[in-house]
Amino acid sequence: MVAEILTGTFTVKSGHAQMLKGGVIMDVVNAEQARIAQEAGAVAVMALERVPADIRADGGVARMSDPSMIADIIDSVSIPVMAKCRIGHFVEAQILQAMGVDYVDESEVLTPADEMHHVWKHDFTVPFVCGCRDLGEALRRISEGAAMIRTKGEAGTGDVVEAVRHMRAVQDAIRKLQNMPDDELVVEARDLRVSLDLLQQTREEGRMPVVNFAAGGVATPADAALMMQLGADGVFVGSGIFKSGDPASRGHAIVQAVTHYNDPQILAEVSRDLGEPMVGRSVRELDASELLATRSV
Amino acid sequence: MNIGVLAVQGDFAEHCHVLRSIGANSTEVRLPEHLHGLDGLIIPGGESTTLSRLMSLYNLREPVAEMASSGKAVWGTCAGMIMLAAEITEEDPIPLAVMDVGVQRNAFGRQVDSFEQDLKIKGLGSDPYHAIFIRAPVIIRVGAGVEVLSSLEDGRPVAVREGNLLATAFHPELTADTRIHRYFVEMAGGPPLDEGAPLIETPRVRGRLAQE
Repeated sequence: MVAEILTGTFTVKSGHAQMLKGGVIMDVVNAEQARIAQEAGAVAVMALERVPADIRADGGVARMSDPSMIADIIDSVSIPVMAKCRIGHFVEAQILQAMGVDYVDESEVLTPADEMHHVWKHDFTVPFVCGCRDLGEALRRISEGAAMIRTKGEAGTGDVVEAVRHMRAVQDAIRKLQNMPDDELVVEARDLRVSLDLLQQTREEGRMPVVNFAAGGVATPADAALMMQLGADGVFVGSGIFKSGDPASRGHAIVQAVTHYNDPQILAEVSRDLGEPMVGRSVRELDASELLATRSV
Repeated sequence: MNIGVLAVQGDFAEHCHVLRSIGANSTEVRLPEHLHGLDGLIIPGGESTTLSRLMSLYNLREPVAEMASSGKAVWGTCAGMIMLAAEITEEDPIPLAVMDVGVQRNAFGRQVDSFEQDLKIKGLGSDPYHAIFIRAPVIIRVGAGVEVLSSLEDGRPVAVREGNLLATAFHPELTADTRIHRYFVEMAGGPPLDEGAPLIETPRVRGRLAQE
């Protein structure tokens, strides 16, 4: 018996995201931070040159990170390494795949390369994670081949309000779908600009058809547990860890908060003595032009 | 029949889902007290360094190792197999050292090298088993009391049993084929595996999304 070996299938791509569930994915800008993240219990790291808070502060065009910096991080840890490409920049994605990154984040945190089209992700062996603000946006990304979704929140703010808004929007849309009669589904699919088939599948399963993490503004263990109780499968923490006073302790505490998200006693214990959180900016103080979540939807 | 699933991190919900679909109760295990009264335990797929740290932090290592040595059925899938091993090729994470096998982590490369393949597995009947390997480990040393249930074509074992302990390098919880879960429930004292029973679809991960 010579069994056929299949790589790059949607099953192995979306299956990898299943292994990350109940975990924390941390933004890191160098090998030392990556090792701290791994030691703190991160399930994966996101390698990038600047965390979103710095991208926000610096302005200018934000692009894929230097491959040598990503390679350093890949060499320094055994956990999976993710990296970001610009929305629609399929060549950056090709480069990241060639380098052996484990997941590509087609991210609104970088400056979009295409305001009309996202990367056609089915063509890739490497899996993709994409951001969403609501169910329609998530299902559009999945139909393009995304194997994992994260609610966008508002990256680099340390303000969890948008992450909560987006997670609630997704969960509300799924609950609405479950109570919807068959004959209204076609109109719903049209309104959400998604396929009827994908919408029916979401209704049958009663959840997003791929793993869905929360992102964009998580800064404390309580924030992370809040997102888990709202239905997230896990949490991305960007600036919240390495822009805080004690990244190792805070990272470790957020990891525990995601595991024990339903246990307030443990949450109280792990929230103690973590030093200064990231300073943060209230989303209410941002101009519309500073919002990242509204890019290329 | 009540099977615990270690739920500190990983795809524990998928294991619980399959167990429910074949009529076994499942209990999520995050703290040592959750282990009381279980007939068996599954250590799921996940990130082994994270599993190892959280098991240490919440004092789960000793009671799980005790459960394994007391004869209760314990099964590790992928990261769970790494945790059961006697030794692994790296210094970190530290396995529980309850099963007489040596394991290599990420034995096939990075995520782009993850794969699906049909396997022949001893004890599951003649139908091939469609196995999903994700950044998978492989067994590089097999102790005297360990039975190899399945190997790749190059001879490296990917499913092994040592008495009450079972380890698979792949993820039966991600497929619709419930035979290995039934096999494990039988190991834990449940009804014997019926090879003719229909496979129950587990709708968590399916091919419908795929353009393949």
